Amino acid sequence: MNVQYLKTDFLVVGGGTAGTMAGIKAKQASPDSDVLILEKANIRRSGAIAMGMDGVNTAVIPGNSTPEQYVREITIANDGIVNQKAVYETGRLGFEVIQELESWGVKFQKDHEGNYDLKQVHRVGKYVLPMPEGKDLKKILARQVKRHKVNVTNRVMATRVMVQNGRVTGAVGLDVRNGDMVVIQAKAVVLCTGACGRLGLPASGYLYGTYENPTNAGDGYSMAYHAGAELTNIECFQINPLIKDYNGPACAYVASPFGAYTANAEGHRFINCDYWSGQMMLEVYKELHSGKGPVHLKMYHLDDDTINEIETILWDNERPSRGRFHAGRGESYSTHGVEMNISEIGLCSGHSASGVWVNERAETTVSGLYAAGDMASVPHNYMIGAFVYGRIAGENAMDYVRDLEHVEPDHEFLAAEQARIYAPLQRPDGVPHTQIEYKLRRLVNDYLQPPKSPNNLDIGLQKFVAYEDTLNLMGAQDPHELMRCMEVHFIRDCAEMAARASLFRKETRWGLYHYRLDYPEKNNEEWFCHVNLKKGKAGHMELFKRAVEPYIVDVDLVEEVYDVAVR
Amino acid sequence: MALTTQRVDVPVIVDESKCLEKCVACIEVCPLDVLVKNPDTGKAYMKYDECWFCLPCEKECPTGAITVQIPFLLR
Ligand SMILES: Cc1cc2nc3c(=O)[nH]c(=O)nc-3n(C[C@H](O)[C@H](O)[C@H](O)COP(=O)(O)OP(=O)(O)OC[C@H]3O[C@@H](n4cnc5c(N)ncnc54)[C@H](O)[C@@H]3O)c2cc1C
Ligand code: SF4
Ligand code: SF4
Repeated sequence: MNVQYLKTDFLVVGGGTAGTMAGIKAKQASPDSDVLILEKANIRRSGAIAMGMDGVNTAVIPGNSTPEQYVREITIANDGIVNQKAVYETGRLGFEVIQELESWGVKFQKDHEGNYDLKQVHRVGKYVLPMPEGKDLKKILARQVKRHKVNVTNRVMATRVMVQNGRVTGAVGLDVRNGDMVVIQAKAVVLCTGACGRLGLPASGYLYGTYENPTNAGDGYSMAYHAGAELTNIECFQINPLIKDYNGPACAYVASPFGAYTANAEGHRFINCDYWSGQMMLEVYKELHSGKGPVHLKMYHLDDDTINEIETILWDNERPSRGRFHAGRGESYSTHGVEMNISEIGLCSGHSASGVWVNERAETTVSGLYAAGDMASVPHNYMIGAFVYGRIAGENAMDYVRDLEHVEPDHEFLAAEQARIYAPLQRPDGVPHTQIEYKLRRLVNDYLQPPKSPNNLDIGLQKFVAYEDTLNLMGAQDPHELMRCMEVHFIRDCAEMAARASLFRKETRWGLYHYRLDYPEKNNEEWFCHVNLKKGKAGHMELFKRAVEPYIVDVDLVEEVYDVAVR
Repeated sequence: MALTTQRVDVPVIVDESKCLEKCVACIEVCPLDVLVKNPDTGKAYMKYDECWFCLPCEKECPTGAITVQIPFLLR
């Protein structure tokens, strides 16, 4: 096995939405510095936006809405548990990001007068900006990365962040093609590795049939944890209403402005807002258990031209294989509703609120370590939030690194990490990662899928802790399998965090996301706070309450309860 | 430990008559890194059944040699 040594001023781990922007903005802020993007796949087509996006979900465009209105909307949708200053930045900087993307050739929908054609999907304001021609988004970003002279190392997966004397000093990775160990010294690091998309097992049983790009296995959650950073709201799971079996978004966001809506089997509405939230998921859950399911996205009442237009958008962008999924079943939107189901659980701040704790400067609680995108704790941040926080991290990191020197890696740490990464290769006939992962994720479904019962959470927790030993049975025959083995380590860490955080918060909040059967009510007196966790001194997971930062925008949470049920 | 090789229906089909020996386009763009070249024939194939049916491989193939099916379990 070879070891490659690299050095950079600023290391970006994960070249997806947030990561490409972090690299570009760092170079714009400090053109003479060395910036390196480390990417497990290839930045040309990686991550959530590999095939583009149907639209911007959180666009605050002057004349349509204000950052204050946006903060209010997200505060209410997230049951008050937000750092408003962090949410505010997404509203404040989102417009500039959209304009810059446009200058690079990304197309957003405009009306006849050339104004942005915003749609209302959220409960109150208009924040959804369609991008029917969004399919080349990632290629455009990759081009800008090159133009800005950001270095890129593709097909290397980070496995651990290096921290020495309380400060980030780089990261360790695995070349997933040739099996080299890669040691990167850096003065600052931003983690942008996306959601934990491979936590629960999809009902189809296919390990990679997930909502999220399955490359995103919770890598950053686990790496930040082992680096000593705090994570937050982990019990606020990501659960989505998805096309049954296909597990992609049914896309009411795209279709509802055309007149589509989510309906029960009788064709009736049961929610009055299609914006994804735990409260909405709870209504879907209730409907499915009321005998009025299955639920579906209803379009068959629309005229053919409208349906054709919706299909053109949905079958071309984002998840372009959905057309052939429906065709294979002989279904069309003019005759059939899109049957929907409740997804398996994941962790994601982009859609929900579970992530590595960051403030409005994208700083984690470890000096020199930043986080951005789906894995960083700014709730409901979606794509524009990922761009905004990539930008904030890139700019702030270049300030931070200015007078710093590189630090020699700790050789004991490297030896331990080398032993951990390559252990499965010593057991080529060990249990395949596929079986180890399948069982782990099946246990996640069995014990963590809401509604949550304390005894189940407890059993789950014990099983996830014991699974540390099971991981030692895993065998690999090549570097590719080794990558998958390391991902199973990440998934196990996330499962343990999810169980512990869910046990800790003794109330119900965020609708279905944290519905505790033994504490079915919201309890603001005791639980109007974040639940944070981190690796304690003895190496055990520590959980604690963290106060909600003082609001900067007034919200009356007693008056404004998020409720989307049709009664 | 006893291991067995199981047959699986893989989602990605490569039309070998159209696949160019010098090309690696699909292999480079796959986010899951599941496509490789058969060293004997120089043709691409799906080595690992770990697919997000996301389609970069199909879209970037210069000759239209690739067809991605929805994985059998979801179909
Ligand atoms: C199917 C789908 C539809 C969506 N639709 C919309 C929409 O219409 N509008 C909207 O606003 N938002 C939408 N979102 C959300 C939005 O796409 C995400 O919030 C955003 O793209 C997240 O960006 P990110 O940078 O955090 O993650 P990603 O863009 O996924 O990037 C993560 C990157 O990290 C890499 N990586 C992972 N682990 C490692 C590792 N260990 N080492 C190195 N690299 C690693 C991955 O390969 C990837 O390139 C959607 C998401 C999905 C999945
Ligand atoms: S569909 Fe996506 S995951 Fe599957 S082989 Fe093609 S590029 Fe790879
Ligand atoms: S992109 Fe097409 S031609 Fe190129 S290697 Fe893949 S299948 Fe063959």
